[in-house]
Parts: sequence; structure tokens; C-alpha cells
Amino acid sequence: MPGDGKVGAGSMGEGALSVRIVAKSFRDPGGGRREVLREVAFSGKSGEIVGLLAPSGSGKTTILRIVLGLDRDFEGEVRRPPGRLGVMFQEPRLLPWLTVGANLRLVASDHEREIAGLLAEVGLAGAETLHPRALSLGMARRVALVRALLGRPSLLVLDEPFASLDPQAASALAALLVQAARRDGALVLLSTHDLDQLLGFADRLLVLAGAPARLAADCPTGLAAPSPGVPVMGGFKEKLLHRFPFLSAAPAPQGAP
Amino acid sequence: MIRHGGRLRAFSLAAFIGLWWAAALIARNPALLPAPPDVLAFAWQAVLSGAMPRNIAITSLRAAAAFAISMTAGSAIGYVAGRSPRADTLIDPWLIILLNLPVLVVVVLCYIWVGLNDVAAVLAVALVKVPTVMVTVREGARALDPGFDELASVYRLAWRQRALRVIVPQLAPYIAAAGRSGLSITWKIVLIVELLGRPNGVGFALDELFQTFDVAGILAYGFAFAVLMLLVEAFLMRPWEGRANAWRR
Repeated sequence: MPGDGKVGAGSMGEGALSVRIVAKSFRDPGGGRREVLREVAFSGKSGEIVGLLAPSGSGKTTILRIVLGLDRDFEGEVRRPPGRLGVMFQEPRLLPWLTVGANLRLVASDHEREIAGLLAEVGLAGAETLHPRALSLGMARRVALVRALLGRPSLLVLDEPFASLDPQAASALAALLVQAARRDGALVLLSTHDLDQLLGFADRLLVLAGAPARLAADCPTGLAAPSPGVPVMGGFKEKLLHRFPFLSAAPAPQGAP
Repeated sequence: MIRHGGRLRAFSLAAFIGLWWAAALIARNPALLPAPPDVLAFAWQAVLSGAMPRNIAITSLRAAAAFAISMTAGSAIGYVAGRSPRADTLIDPWLIILLNLPVLVVVVLCYIWVGLNDVAAVLAVALVKVPTVMVTVREGARALDPGFDELASVYRLAWRQRALRVIVPQLAPYIAAAGRSGLSITWKIVLIVELLGRPNGVGFALDELFQTFDVAGILAYGFAFAVLMLLVEAFLMRPWEGRANAWRR
């Protein structure tokens, strides 16, 4: 029975996320329902970086939307850690009538110093007075990342955060995510096609496969204290690629669900 | 380019006055078609006596009140109809009735039911205008970006922030378009309402001038009020519309 999904905060454990999606389907134009997810259950704890990997169109964005409480038409239950949510959608979603500064202050009005500091960290110092139309896509995505990081969220959800970023900006982003997790205790949940990037700093990988997509693997990367750029040891990547060949495929275009 | 356009406009206006003057000279009947100086002379006398400024002020107040009410009510109803399919279905029959009801019927009914007073006059004008504002704003509400709604939801923005920072800026181009087209219709309806049942205002003055077939007076009032509305359009409505649309450029 679709549509009875429960999304709530807390009570499972301090800073914990618990996701149990029994089934998720979308309505077809013909009136039927197309199941996209089945038996997807995972959890995460404060300070952990969890990467979600799957072929294009397997429902990564759908899972993130369910976690954010934006899609409640599913069977199952989601428990989020209490506290602030930070989100970076696939597209920047900056309000075009507000300046960069006003966009950031809209979600964190009393964080002036943090705004200036984070903008500087992503290489956008002094961009506060610019309007989004004056930014490139990569710059706009960095502003969206700053917005997500503001206010030290307990849960940080990022959908394809490395898209449109050059390698340098991607490394800086990874460093910021590690900092948010290790220093501020945020639970970071992100989807990406970039296995290499993810292996450099994620604590755990969740791999979706099949149709409807199921959770095919939930494995720690084995990095006790991962940091961006550190090579993964022990043939972990090769094992993953052997079991899930689609992970070596070229990145899918943006906008895939 | 702008200067060139301005020159063309001035030329067009001068040609209109020239043609009018020529027609008046050919007709040789000032009672039927007075020349521009005759109309100006009437207007000057009406200004000196205070009648024209008083009547224009009264009509402007009625137009402003009706405009404010119709914009507020039309925007609110249009927003609800655009956001909720169920509300839209409920409102739609009312909308069709109001859109197709002759203006005269609305005015006469308001005077009968509310009385021959300013409340009825303003209400009649507002009732005529509300449906068109509503239709325009409903389109705006339907075009609201759901992604921004999600953003507001995830960051738990207060309703005031949501309304002022997220929703109104997206609706502003539609509200401005409704306002700009609405103003020109509103003041024309106000004149009919005044002509039918008010003891003052430009509509009432036109009625009196019609009784004596004073064409110079009718033209003087007509042009004076039209010029005032053109000024409002140029210095208030157009800049407002420009500001509302600035983020789309």
C-alpha cells in the first residue's frame, strides 16, 4: 500500500539516521504504478560519511528525497537525527531575485561570520553581492554547498555534489564534507557516480542494483580516518568494480532520478 | 534608439492634434467638434473654478480604492486557485459568471443592494475587476517553482519568509501585469459607475456636460483624466512592472 511512509526526527539514537523503504513506486501515465525501490534499509550515525552509488535512474535521488521528507508516498519508515538539515540538490536552486548573501542569510540569518568564512573556503570570497545569474553553474553549486553547510547541520544530504565541479573544487568540497563530519559531527549522505572521488573520503558505500532497485551492498571502505586524496588500499575498488561493473561506467547526465 | 522613439511619439501626438484641428476647421461647428484651443480654454476655466481638480481627485480616489481591493482580493483568490486544484474547481463557476456578467448589471445591482453610495460604487468596480486579476495571478501561482517550495520546506522557513522571499517575487511579474492592465480598465468603469449613481466625480461631470451637449467640456474632462492615467502608467505602473520582472532578465 503506497503512500503511508513515515518521516520523523530522532528517538532511535543520538545523531542516528534510520531508513527502511519497503517499496516505492511512481504512478505511470497509464494509471498503473511502476516500482522503483524495494527493500532498501540502511542506517547512519553522527560523524559518518555515507555514499550512495547506483546506475543512472536507479532511484538515488528518490531515496534522498524520502530522507529529506520531500516524498512521503512510499511504504516504510525514516528516522532522521534531530537538529538542522543541510541539503544540496542536483541543481543549485538559488533564488534568482536575491543576491548570494541574501540567499544564504535566508536559511541562516544570524551566521554572518560563518557565511563569509565558508564562501572564502569555496573560493567565492566577496561574491555575496552577486546575483545568481552572474555565476557559472560551478560557482552556483558551490554557493549551494555553502548554504547546505551553514548552521552546522546534523544531517547533510547532497545529490550528485561533484557534478559541474573541476577536480580542484571537487577536492575542496570533499575536504569540507570531511570537516563537517569529523569536526561538527554531521552525518553526511551523498549520491554520486564518481566512485574514485567517493572512495577517497567516504566511510561507507551503499550500492543499489536491480529493477526495482534494492540495496545490493552496504560496505565500509575500511578507511579509519579517511581524507581526500588518500588512495584506497587492499583492492577494495577492484572487488567493487568486479561485482558491480556499472560503477566503472561514465557519469550519467545530470537530472537523472 | 530611445531618443528616436521619443521623437516618433511626439510626432504622432502632434499629427493627432493637427488632424483634430484641421477637422474642426473643416467642420466649422464648434458645438459639434471644438478646436484644441476651445477645449484648452474650457479646461483652464474648470481648473480655475476648482471643479475639474475636485472631480478628478474624487474619481481617482474611487479608482484607487477599487484598484487596491480588486488587486488584493484577486491576487489572494488567484493564488489559492493556482495552488489547489480543488479550490480552483470550486472557484471556476463563480469566475465564469463574474467574467461574463455585463458591467452594467453588476453596477446596477450593487446600487440596488448596497445603496446609492461610495461603498456600492467601489464594490461594483472591484467586482468587475477581481476576475481578471484572479485569472492572471492564478497562472502565476501555477507556474511557481516546486523546487523553491522544497527548499523552503527543508530549511523550515517561517511563513512570512516563505511568502515575502519565495512566493511573492515569483508572483510579482503576474501581479504587475494584472495591475497594469487593471488600472486602465478600472478608471473607465469608475466613470460609468459615477455616471449612473454618484453626485460628483468625472463620470458625474461628463453626465452633466452630456445633458447640455457640451463637447468641449466632455473632451476637456476626457483628455485631462486620460493624461493623468498616462502619467500614473508611465511613472508608477511601468517602473513597478520593470522592477517585478528584473530577476527574469
